[in-house]
Amino acid sequence: MRMIAAFVAPLVLVAAMPAAAQDHAQHETQTPAPDPHAGHETTPPPQSTSAIGSDTQANAADLYFDAAAMARARQQLIAENGGMRTYAVIVERLEAGFDDDSETYAWHAQGWYGGDIHRFWWKSEGEGAFENELDDAELQLLYSRAVTPYFDLQAGVRQSYLESKDRTELVLGVQGLAPYWFEVGAAAFVSTEGDVTARAEAEYDLRLTQRLILQPSAELNFAAQDIPDLDIGAGLTDAEVGLRLRYEFSRRFAPYVGVEWTSALGETRDLRDALGEDTQSTRAVVGLRALF
Amino acid sequence: MAIERRTLLKAITAGAGFAGAQALFPAWAQTGSRGVAPTLATLSGREIALSVGHSPFNVGGRTGHAITVNGTLPAPLIRLREGQHARLSVTNTLDEDTSIHWHGILLPFQMDGVPGISFPGIRPGETFVYEFPVRQSGTYWYHSHSGLQEAMGHFGPLIIDPTGADPVAYDREHVIVLSDWSFLHPHEILRRLKASPGYFNQQRTTVAGLLSGEDRMSASERRMWAEMRMDPRDISDVTGSTYTYLVNGHGPQENWTGLFEPGERVRLRIINASAMTNFNVRIPGLPMTVVQADGENVRPVEVDEFQIAVAETYDVIISPREDRAYTIVSEAVDRSGMGRATLAPRLGMSAEVPPLRQVPNLTMRDMGMDMGAMDHSAGGMDHGSMDHGDMNMRDRSLAPPNMAVGVGVQSISPMAENRLAERPLGLENEPHRVLVYTDLVALNPNRDTRAPSRTLEIHLTGNMERYMWGFDGRRFSELVEPIRFERDERVRVTLVNDTMMQHPIHLHGHFFELVNGHAGHQPLKHTVNVAPGGRLSFDLTADAPGDWAFHCHMMMHMHSGMFNVVTVRPLDGVAS
Repeated sequence: MRMIAAFVAPLVLVAAMPAAAQDHAQHETQTPAPDPHAGHETTPPPQSTSAIGSDTQANAADLYFDAAAMARARQQLIAENGGMRTYAVIVERLEAGFDDDSETYAWHAQGWYGGDIHRFWWKSEGEGAFENELDDAELQLLYSRAVTPYFDLQAGVRQSYLESKDRTELVLGVQGLAPYWFEVGAAAFVSTEGDVTARAEAEYDLRLTQRLILQPSAELNFAAQDIPDLDIGAGLTDAEVGLRLRYEFSRRFAPYVGVEWTSALGETRDLRDALGEDTQSTRAVVGLRALF
Repeated sequence: MAIERRTLLKAITAGAGFAGAQALFPAWAQTGSRGVAPTLATLSGREIALSVGHSPFNVGGRTGHAITVNGTLPAPLIRLREGQHARLSVTNTLDEDTSIHWHGILLPFQMDGVPGISFPGIRPGETFVYEFPVRQSGTYWYHSHSGLQEAMGHFGPLIIDPTGADPVAYDREHVIVLSDWSFLHPHEILRRLKASPGYFNQQRTTVAGLLSGEDRMSASERRMWAEMRMDPRDISDVTGSTYTYLVNGHGPQENWTGLFEPGERVRLRIINASAMTNFNVRIPGLPMTVVQADGENVRPVEVDEFQIAVAETYDVIISPREDRAYTIVSEAVDRSGMGRATLAPRLGMSAEVPPLRQVPNLTMRDMGMDMGAMDHSAGGMDHGSMDHGDMNMRDRSLAPPNMAVGVGVQSISPMAENRLAERPLGLENEPHRVLVYTDLVALNPNRDTRAPSRTLEIHLTGNMERYMWGFDGRRFSELVEPIRFERDERVRVTLVNDTMMQHPIHLHGHFFELVNGHAGHQPLKHTVNVAPGGRLSFDLTADAPGDWAFHCHMMMHMHSGMFNVVTVRPLDGVAS
């Protein structure tokens, strides 16, 4: 049941958001970042500035209307022009996978709520075989801050629900858009046991037509040390490479077919080989992508 | 007998339905309009009552939810006379605040209708009375300045007849209000843009387009755009994929029709009341003589097509001589759809509707980089390093010292050029005559002949990927300092577009003179469309004391932060 929470929790959060996001009152007011050039001062007119200086009326309309009513309207105006808080939900993959041995399912979704700079961000992914219990699932709850025009810095926690043992980790990562329109992300994880792991991801949308889109994607995982509990050896631990072809009936409904190759690598592979586990698989996938 | 009765009933119902639907349009916007003769009053006189409320709106066989004035979309035509005292009472029947801004009208600031700047807004159930002397004449419009109500139908035309003889002679006139309608709530449109800036764009470059050549762009050009993370097809943020383009509230299928008699001089008062759409306007087979821009008369100039940005108005004279119908085409600049209407001698006639033309591709000039100019002038520059846009697209040294170069600034135009003499976006290669801003020459000499005493540069900034927009790198919500003018000072304001989108910039309470080479007769405008990667200047005599809004009239750009307050001080003698 706990495992289901990894997927359900973000959906519950998101379900609560649309109503809030549509509400004018929820607009975000940004505190201006410290700026050495702050002040927006224009070149002072060469003539006397005394006229401006002597005029103390900051808000002209206060001469005619109730100052409190004006203050309320001013706050709303400020919030409405740039301070909107909103949300997005991106179900990147919701799919079934097939190979000679098994039929599996997997999901990969993320979303956010907030303004342009500060956002609450969640990510969830997981997979399992239809005939068995969930293999593993994870949920990340992050604070995301825009730090460059294209990249966000993200920090928070990741809760993983694994076959062997659940894990809780701190997360520090970046996510954004690299030149040539590559969606990329990288994050480091520090577990409560002190283990350090990392993940790097990239994907690209190749538009064959306006609606037919081929998406290659790759994910690499690393470990800074052996983690015997997880059968992980230090170094590059595993890779996942996918190629999915989707048809966007709309941004909200884009079914796809594809293929995904996953493999344990390096010491992790040796370790798992020795345990007689499968270390590699190639699966055909069929699924749905949706942007809300 | 029963059947006959049912048929009869059906006929009556259908007729009533048609009449009923037509009743939702004000008289001048009803199809088959004979035009608005100066004597035919719509709403005029000393006292005008307006009521803002919810209405269903029907287009293309679907019904949506609109916010309307007196129950119609567009709102009623208000017709005033120069020199009169206007008294307009506006009652709010919504459950949220509303307002009316009189776009382009010179009036006391507290009557300008911007909640939070001019007045507190009109609360639900309240009535606010606008009162001001009418000091000008021409074609204007009015709309809500609360939230995004304007995008939901809260807009209408406002015409002021001159006291003296009108220098423009005409036998008949029609008001043509262009707009864009979506069944999506404008907040949802903005949310989707923030979630995915290309959400509504169905005309992006593709592999198929590369292979077939239809994209008209080489692989190396595409690589350069991709490296910069810029979309050369990002012409309009919100497109025909969700918008139905309207003429006087009628979709292309409803085909609004205005009547004329061959041989008449017909004045078309064209207003772009769209939320997000700049239009290319033409009437195949009929040249148009532009006689007025933004309500101010200009020397007549004959063209075959013009681009009208959001919130601009153009008056044109046409002289149809043949007994045939003509199509008025208002094509969205990104060619994702068009508005269509008909001018005809009799109802029921129609003319050929031309197909949509190809979507334009943005060029390096739209990024504020003129590669051609660089080749000639960059003697000492290393050309190798400029390959594929290696040139710094965000060089902070090009920003004025007061600009905040943060996450909201995706690029800074390296060499923003004055593009007033250039044809507008997408009309560069049309084989016919296209209006450019340098064609506009004020009919009357400019009143204030003083040279500007100072200059002020304002950058129009944005980040398309985050859908953030602002002035000088800041959104209004970041508590920016207002733009301050001393009363009656004359300032040359330069707008630099650091983005690759068009921005129709509107200043309330004033006309500014567009510096377009016609010194002494610079055209007066309330809204000017700044070309992508371009720059332009206007001379402003800050003669209206008070606080005024200054913003991009693309609703989603404004709502994302491209907005500020202009203060004109001192206020001495304003409040009595």
